[in-house]
Amino acid sequence: MDRNRREFIRAGGVLGLMVAAGLLTAEQAQAQQAAWNKAAFDTKSVDDTVKALGGASAAQSGDIAITAPDIAENGAVVPVGVTSKIPNTQAIYILVEKNPNTLAAGFGIPAGTEANVATRIKMGQTSNVYAVVKADNKFYTASKEVKVTLGGCGG
Amino acid sequence: MPDPMRIRATESADGVDVRVLMSHEMEGGQRRDSAGNLVPAHFIQTVVVTHAGKPVLNAEWGPAVSKNPYLQFKFKGAKKGDKLTVTWVDNKGETRTDEATIN
Repeated sequence: MDRNRREFIRAGGVLGLMVAAGLLTAEQAQAQQAAWNKAAFDTKSVDDTVKALGGASAAQSGDIAITAPDIAENGAVVPVGVTSKIPNTQAIYILVEKNPNTLAAGFGIPAGTEANVATRIKMGQTSNVYAVVKADNKFYTASKEVKVTLGGCGG
Repeated sequence: MPDPMRIRATESADGVDVRVLMSHEMEGGQRRDSAGNLVPAHFIQTVVVTHAGKPVLNAEWGPAVSKNPYLQFKFKGAKKGDKLTVTWVDNKGETRTDEATIN
């Protein structure tokens, strides 16, 4: 902590330059870490996650497409992609209903970025995978069942 | 210092396609070691991708993201030769930043 502060002070003179160059300081990294939404990642059901993200409820939407395998042989690595055709999509969240904590990942989508993200997640057992999309401060959702042959949490 | 990320950013007709592969154990905090003790969680919490000083993607991850995380997305407004910066921070405060050139 102290060391970080000293480095930060020493770097003060060139700070503007570093920020301009897109380099992050330790202090900025801490700010980035503090932005993590702990409450949302602690939730244990789809409804609770939506509430922790600031929505009352999420409406079913046919404009959200989830790309995931029907059967995942290895629950430790399940490729999941989400595409939202809802205008003004601000954020995309990937939820796994039967994981110990429901929320797996969230993606903030600034203007100019397509509402289309893909990553790989862990699944403890066969479960519905939910995509929750925030657009114009409203929440929409879609789901897809993924059968897991071999669990990826614990084991 | 954690291992470097592998970043591939390619320009296509409808934007820049970005693929990032990070090197991180993404320990979920649910697993027990051979002595029966819980292995403490150690995972990437935030990932920020910036282009020309502006964020093009902000990701927040829980421990349910797979080991050696993969991330793919597309954005508009950049051209060949532009630089792209990816920074992640994990729950122990470790961080890594890598830069890639769009081609």
